[in-house]
Amino acid sequence: MSGARLELAGLGKTFRGLRAVHDVSFAVPAGAIHALIGPNGAGKTTIFNMVAGVYAPTAGSVSLDGRVISGLRPDRVCAAGVGRTFQIVKPFKGLSVLENVTVGALHRRSAPADARKHAETILERLGLHDRRHQLAENLTLPDRKRLEVARALATEPKLLLLDEVMAGLRPTEVDVMVAFLRTLNAETGLTILLIEHVMRAVMALAAQVTVVSYGEKIAEGTPAEIARNQAVLDVYLGHEEPA
Amino acid sequence: MTQDFLLSLAQAITKGLLTGMVYGLMALGLSVIFGVMRVVNFAHGEMMVVGMYLAWAAFDYAGVNPLFSLPVIALLFFAMGYALQRGLIQPFINRPEHQQFLLLLAIATIVVNLCLALLGPDSRSIQLDSQFDSYELGPLVFDAVRVHAAVAAIAIATLLFLFFTRTRIGKAIRAAADNHMGALVVGLDVRRLYAITFGIGAACVGAAGALMITIIPVTPFLAAEYTLLAFVIVIVGGLGSMTGALMGGLLIGVSEAVAGLLGQPSLKSMFSFGLLIVVLLLRPQGLLGRKDSR
Amino acid sequence: MNVRAVAGLSILLALLLAAPLLLGGYWLSVLILVLYFAYVGQAWNIMMGFAGQLSLGHALYAGLGGYVAAGLYTHYGIGPWMGVFAAVGAAVAAGAIVGYLGFRFSLAGVYFALLTIAFGEFTRIGFDNWDWAGGSGGMFLKVERGVSDLANLRGGTVMFYYVILAMAAGAFLLCRYLLESRLGRYWLAIREDAEAAQAVGVPVLWCKMLAVTLSAALTALAGVWNAFYYNNLFPETAFAVGRSIEMTLSPIIGGLGTLFGPFVGAVVLTGLGELFTDLSDQFHVSGLKQIFYGLALLIIVMYRPAGIWPWIATRLGFEEKRK
Repeated sequence: MSGARLELAGLGKTFRGLRAVHDVSFAVPAGAIHALIGPNGAGKTTIFNMVAGVYAPTAGSVSLDGRVISGLRPDRVCAAGVGRTFQIVKPFKGLSVLENVTVGALHRRSAPADARKHAETILERLGLHDRRHQLAENLTLPDRKRLEVARALATEPKLLLLDEVMAGLRPTEVDVMVAFLRTLNAETGLTILLIEHVMRAVMALAAQVTVVSYGEKIAEGTPAEIARNQAVLDVYLGHEEPA
Repeated sequence: MTQDFLLSLAQAITKGLLTGMVYGLMALGLSVIFGVMRVVNFAHGEMMVVGMYLAWAAFDYAGVNPLFSLPVIALLFFAMGYALQRGLIQPFINRPEHQQFLLLLAIATIVVNLCLALLGPDSRSIQLDSQFDSYELGPLVFDAVRVHAAVAAIAIATLLFLFFTRTRIGKAIRAAADNHMGALVVGLDVRRLYAITFGIGAACVGAAGALMITIIPVTPFLAAEYTLLAFVIVIVGGLGSMTGALMGGLLIGVSEAVAGLLGQPSLKSMFSFGLLIVVLLLRPQGLLGRKDSR
Repeated sequence: MNVRAVAGLSILLALLLAAPLLLGGYWLSVLILVLYFAYVGQAWNIMMGFAGQLSLGHALYAGLGGYVAAGLYTHYGIGPWMGVFAAVGAAVAAGAIVGYLGFRFSLAGVYFALLTIAFGEFTRIGFDNWDWAGGSGGMFLKVERGVSDLANLRGGTVMFYYVILAMAAGAFLLCRYLLESRLGRYWLAIREDAEAAQAVGVPVLWCKMLAVTLSAALTALAGVWNAFYYNNLFPETAFAVGRSIEMTLSPIIGGLGTLFGPFVGAVVLTGLGELFTDLSDQFHVSGLKQIFYGLALLIIVMYRPAGIWPWIATRLGFEEKRK
């Protein structure tokens, strides 16, 4: 497992005349952790969905290691090496935790026994192993978030898309998840793109941050630069007219 | 095409339009229930048949014209629908579709076979004094019973429309249909609204049954056919759309009458189901339905 | 599977194999009904229980299968073991059309179910007016008494018993294999959440197509068996909505998505059906049997909505939860 370079070039999406995303470009080098932030309704999830193949962009393209993946079906995007989580978690409720992750693992390992073994190792890493026989619907929210990550990782992606996996976690749980992602990234070189509102996680993880507002990119830089950026502060704090 | 054929075609179409109004009222009941609760009433045709039998019994035993027994039947059906929803259906509201289907299938089986057990398989009809009366408009002749039934159906549909747009409860029901969570948040008693809705849906189909018996005889075996017919009408017109259900009813009524004129009874179902398939695929929200983001 | 399950299954299989020696004609025909419903239930369960696609039009596949095999036999003398390929081909084609249209236009739940009903009804009307198939008058197979000809599927009750037993056992083993396979896992994932499944690389449309065509193919076999067992076919019954609904009951009552559900459901429903027939025969009231039947369905769906088998299974200490 190693990371892939992600590049978004002039990405745009219009829904029935409504402009949701306009001309967003940024690149994530292989093995980097990159954060995508912005106020609610800024178009972050729409951007994610274009990377993951849920929507085809109306303009621009997404490429992974130079290969265009935008416009492909989600399962083809997954095959190309993109794993994703959902903001509103979508576990296979009626299946056990282990079965959930095994479905992901089957993507690159066609033998069920092999896939199950792979799933077990991933569950162990995410601290879900002792809950592997529980039905997914009986998990607590933090565990469901972990399950989302585990299932995406099981597909052995080169790029991991994380849509607000920290939301709803307690600070200590955030720290555990941050530590996990950092180790994962360091050990495997997996590229990670995350949407996140929890700034402490963004600051701790991301090398670069892209900020979007009203569907457009308004800033990009290191977390420290972004924290000082006036345009970003305006968006988050509301623009104050000089008195 | 000869003058004669054109005239009989026009005659068939008007006849179809009149019957279609009653179909529309029947379908309206199904549409209201689904639109609000997202529960498909697989016992709809069975309820229709019960309505027909009640009106028949009132006429046969007490000589009451179905147009006058109709309000009583509608009230009775409202109470029955309300109780049915409260007692049996409410626990199934958030259950998987196949369980709802099985529940209503069981209810349908019991209802239709009770009719069979009590009244036997023979068809029952009523002979009104107005049976052979007719109104004339130019060269066209309208059966009086069909005209009365259609007028009554329109009147009931209008009342229903006013109920949903003008009354507090009607508006609350529409709010609950649009946004279940929101309705709960603003403190609407959603369970009660659902029970009222099912009652209204039942009252519609009971009233439609009382009207239908003036047009055609009833047998228990009509039930399944009516259930399917109501589905077709509602899907074609657009689930949850009141005018859609009425228009769908007219469309199916006319196509039946024209198929009858051409002497091809199988043509009528061919047309309905063909239309159903086309609409499902190309316009699943129905011809008049709203675009639904689900 | 644990030792007790293997032992239980072996005893059950031995009893089923010996049944024609142990049982009289009446009970054997009841057992035939049980196995028939277990078999078609298993076939329907692949689509609904595994892949989560509600079909209320499976009579289409059984009817097509039966008509094709019976037609080839009566018109051209082509035996059912050859005809079955054509029968399965026809059903698979029909399943592919219904499935592709439904899935492509993303019809779900009740809407998809109505589409399957509409196709079934459409075909029924078509066969009503198709002379080759005998129209609404039906199609009849020549009955030869005292013949036992497995090659042409002409023979007595015992022969048909063993054929349907083999089919039911085969369908059970196939489903058991499928549930453990990658495809089976993918179906379950689609049933639970198609969008999440696609995000982990499941080719959703393709898997659904496999489910509907495989289910249609197996159902067509039941149609062929049915046609040769009863020797007649009418569009009115072969393609009836009631026939389709009948096929859904065993797995729903027994336990949707489980392996033993369809069999358990078939035992319970056929048993109740026979019991109620006996009961209502004493009262001479038409419809009484169906009223009892409806009440039984009502009670089961109210108190055991997940089906009877999962409940029995936990009680007996077998863990076959709905996967």
